[in-house]
Amino acid sequence: MASLVGSRVERKEDKRFLTGKGRYTADINLANQTYAIFVRSPHARAYIKKLNIDKALKSSGVVSILTGKEIADDKIGGLIAGWAIRSEDGTEMKCPGNPPLAKDNVNFVGDPVAVVIAESLAEAKEAAEKVEVDYKVLKAVTSTADAMNGDTIHEGIDKNLCFDWLLGDRQKVKEAFDKADKVISIDIINNRLIPNAMEPRACVADYNAASEEITLYTTSQNPHLSRLIMSAFGNVAPEHKLRVVAPDVGGGFGSKINVYNEDIVCSWAAKKINRAIKWVAERSESFLTDIHGRDHVTHAELAVTKDGKFLGFKNETIANLGAYARVFGTVTPTYLFGPCATGVYEIPAAYTNVKAVYTNTAPVDAYRGAGRPEATYTIERLVEKASMELGIDKTELRIKNFPTAFPFKQTLVHTVDSGDYVAGMEKAKQMADYKGFEARRKESEAKGKLRGIGVTSYFEACGIAPSAAVMSLGCGVGLWESAEVRFNPTGQVTVYTGSHSHGQSHQTTFAQIAADELGVPIENIDIVHGDTDKGTFGMGTYGSRSLAVGGIAIVNACKKIVEKGKRVTAKMLEANPEDVEFKDGEFIVSKSNKKKTIGEVAFACYLPGVRDEMKSPLPEGDEPGLKETSFYDPSNFSFPAGTHIAEVEIDPETGHVKLEKYTACDDFGRIINPMVVEGQVHGGLAQGIGQALYENAEYDETGQLMTGSYMDYTMPRADNFPEFNIGYTCTHATTNPLGVKGCGEAGAIAAPPTVMNAVIDALGGQEVTMPATAEKVWKACKNLKKSNAKAA
Amino acid sequence: MKDFNYHSAKDSKEASKLASSSSAFLAGGMTTIPSMKLGLATYKDLIDIKNIKKLSGIKVSGKSVTIGAATKHVEVSNSKDVKKAIPSLSSLAEGIGDPQVRNRGTIGGSIANNDPSADYPSACIALNATIHTNERKIEAAKFFKGMFETALKKGELIEAIEFQIPEKSSYQKHPNPASRYAIVGVYVAKHKGDVNVAVTGAKSCVYNDKEMSKALTGNFSSSSIDGMDLDSSEMNSDMHASADFRASLVVTQAKKAVDAC
Ligand SMILES: Cc1cc2nc3c(=O)[nH]c(=O)nc-3n(C[C@H](O)[C@H](O)[C@H](O)COP(=O)(O)OP(=O)(O)OC[C@H]3O[C@@H](n4cnc5c(N)ncnc54)[C@H](O)[C@@H]3O)c2cc1C
Repeated sequence: MASLVGSRVERKEDKRFLTGKGRYTADINLANQTYAIFVRSPHARAYIKKLNIDKALKSSGVVSILTGKEIADDKIGGLIAGWAIRSEDGTEMKCPGNPPLAKDNVNFVGDPVAVVIAESLAEAKEAAEKVEVDYKVLKAVTSTADAMNGDTIHEGIDKNLCFDWLLGDRQKVKEAFDKADKVISIDIINNRLIPNAMEPRACVADYNAASEEITLYTTSQNPHLSRLIMSAFGNVAPEHKLRVVAPDVGGGFGSKINVYNEDIVCSWAAKKINRAIKWVAERSESFLTDIHGRDHVTHAELAVTKDGKFLGFKNETIANLGAYARVFGTVTPTYLFGPCATGVYEIPAAYTNVKAVYTNTAPVDAYRGAGRPEATYTIERLVEKASMELGIDKTELRIKNFPTAFPFKQTLVHTVDSGDYVAGMEKAKQMADYKGFEARRKESEAKGKLRGIGVTSYFEACGIAPSAAVMSLGCGVGLWESAEVRFNPTGQVTVYTGSHSHGQSHQTTFAQIAADELGVPIENIDIVHGDTDKGTFGMGTYGSRSLAVGGIAIVNACKKIVEKGKRVTAKMLEANPEDVEFKDGEFIVSKSNKKKTIGEVAFACYLPGVRDEMKSPLPEGDEPGLKETSFYDPSNFSFPAGTHIAEVEIDPETGHVKLEKYTACDDFGRIINPMVVEGQVHGGLAQGIGQALYENAEYDETGQLMTGSYMDYTMPRADNFPEFNIGYTCTHATTNPLGVKGCGEAGAIAAPPTVMNAVIDALGGQEVTMPATAEKVWKACKNLKKSNAKAA
Repeated sequence: MKDFNYHSAKDSKEASKLASSSSAFLAGGMTTIPSMKLGLATYKDLIDIKNIKKLSGIKVSGKSVTIGAATKHVEVSNSKDVKKAIPSLSSLAEGIGDPQVRNRGTIGGSIANNDPSADYPSACIALNATIHTNERKIEAAKFFKGMFETALKKGELIEAIEFQIPEKSSYQKHPNPASRYAIVGVYVAKHKGDVNVAVTGAKSCVYNDKEMSKALTGNFSSSSIDGMDLDSSEMNSDMHASADFRASLVVTQAKKAVDAC
């Protein structure tokens, strides 16, 4: 049987999605359900003087109106930060309470203060307009850079500072800088983004008074984790009385990791009113209240020798957490950021210092790449600047500082098991026709255009896991993953995975893996996920961990099945278990023609007896049935890497940036399904290029979101992109049996600096901030013209 | 969205009879429906004019192209007749919003709405259009009064727009990257005798740039407007483009349009 791993198996989920048969949360309607509308603060920072629901209660169709007072009285807990960070001075991070419905203070536009539940959506909306809230508006803090000088947002949190964190050794770095021939420094802004999943958030909560069980259907990337948080911290219900189902989910990009206010409020309220409640976000609510991403202000320096060896690296960053610290809000700008900020280079001394600040803006949390795009942007913009200032070719300078041996002990935290960065660079250069660039630049010049080329070499730490490692760094949970492989008596297989799929194609790739491991046709394998009642547990999908952690759990569970199969076959065929081999779905007794198919073995396991004989196919110690579970906790992160090259052409008269060419050469380890990987790369690139050229979440000084709709927030579209030129170098990971690394975030990590390096190259080294909009680039072009005129 | 009464008018007469101070005509609904959903506008009655046969269709005569008010953008962009008579008009229609918008939005709705960054108003000015309503004929130059303001009276229905076929013309838009409305759009049309340079997006309302028109009437070459320093004091300024950038874009887009003619 040909191996399915490595082939372009068509996606099993596509038929359902393309024929409109996906079942999303908003598609779920329960008998007798009610509709919820949240009353949200129109102010970024205010004190609630009075909240009057009398008029609203009289509005037609109203079932119930609940406020911050009721939720506090019922001792329902607030939203939490899942990762505890310690400051350089040893003090613990400072987090404010974040009640699901604000009682006294609101801290960003969209912070919910009440929920109106009515018989119909229209009635709920109408009643919500009648809820009277008397606010005392306070001065908002909105700027990342100035947040520490603003009014104190949360009582007792001085300078709005959550933590002031250090990774690395300042003294060593100082010594390295003292020895340097040259110091390259840069000030950069990593612009704030809004994830914009295609499916807005939604939830349907139901209460069964007989079983006293709450069921929550919700748009989540990790239903088990949501249940754990809602139970342990939210006090909504004990875990065995709370079922969380995340059915088809239309994209997450990190924005659906969090348990949100609406999940907790609807679950709690459903029990209170003893009816089902449905809530579906409007797009404008998504803009305001989904977690946002990025938002860093960074000063970084690189100490170099005159021939281009890197000696030391400093990174001073202010990271905006928004109004509250959420699940991955505190780890994103620290452990997901700092360790990767030295990039793919041997830099003997380095540190990253992050001051995480609160502002009166939507909470900022993990968004595709989470911390690693910010890290890569920092180092790769700096390295590109170094190449300009040193006059060394940008690819040569990088190669000069690449590690040559693996495992590579990276400066700050990680030990990278495998890779070949030079090979990746050489292949990328060839794919992009790097040599031909000068000729293309001249052609553009002849048309009155400016052309630039930009390079990025990146690595990232993904497959976010090792529980002992992450918990030692402050993580509130272990990041293993579980899988359960169940044979039916008649031979089909159901694989339960804790990795949720919301665009990652698990139904296909995971089935390919199980098909290879078990020798069962892929049509007979179902991948099930997304329901806390169905699988054992799951830590969920984020940090490109599904395959490298969740996939390996499936492999391990399959291996246990095969082990049992060997024992059973041996018993049935009266052979030694050590003599039984398993291949392509058959257990074969070596040096004989005796064999059993895995289907026969499964059948025997469930029907362990024969008519007229007292005989069992099960060896002593083995129980009936064929089902195995694995909890897989890897020994290390996985480390995809690669080199991307972009070329842009700029019209100096309009400032329009046209992305002419984009080459991505990535090392994702072994590739299970090339088609799926291409899709992931394309999507990541779209988001990364979006960050560089188009997307920006902008608040005014009063804390109003200026880019709260698609009329103002620029989502990139297909016509903004060239045909992507994609290639791979595959060095297998040595830390997992499949040799896989993860591919979900690479595009979003590498693209922003690649594109910006190209833009800045075209602009003769002038800095522009992301997104490189027409006006910014137009201004830079004018400056360039002036300085060229002066020089001439 | 608040509840409203839906009416479908058979003809112009019925449509204007149904109109009141709390009604709106419903053409493509691409402006009206989103404003109602966002609570920015409320109407008691929506009067659908899409079923009035007379309002749809394209007619070309020797001198002019006449487009029914309820004709969709997609119909204008695909029309062979328009492509032949005034190619720039069909490419303008092709550049409006996205396919969904083009499949519903209408030319009448666009000009009745007179969004300061809409595309069609510039075509009306540049192509000396005449707006035919159920009551009268209005010259384009007198039709667009100010931001979202036109010469239309309450209940007055646009029936068709008649464009003069120019010798040469081109529309060049610098789109807002998010909405794809015009940050600045410049429609240059060379008629016998004079040149119009209609500008949309730059100010609160579409206008004919007299300075550039004059220069180009004298010498129809982009060099005659190159480097022109326009007064930006009345230009729009928002997070997508400052007034100075718009002033520069007006000249740049005008030059591009002349070069493309
Ligand atoms: C996402 C998006 C992108 C867009 N991008 C662009 C763009 O790039 N460029 C651009 O120019 N436009 C753009 N538009 C607007 C689009 O062109 C609309 O078609 C136009 O604004 C309104 O036309 P409509 O037929 O939908 O009118 P409706 O929404 O039905 O009506 C709009 C107004 O016009 C009135 N009206 C309609 N027809 C008549 C008539 N015959 N007589 C008198 N009054 C009438 C109505 O009463 C109403 O007040 C965009 C719209 C959207 C939603």
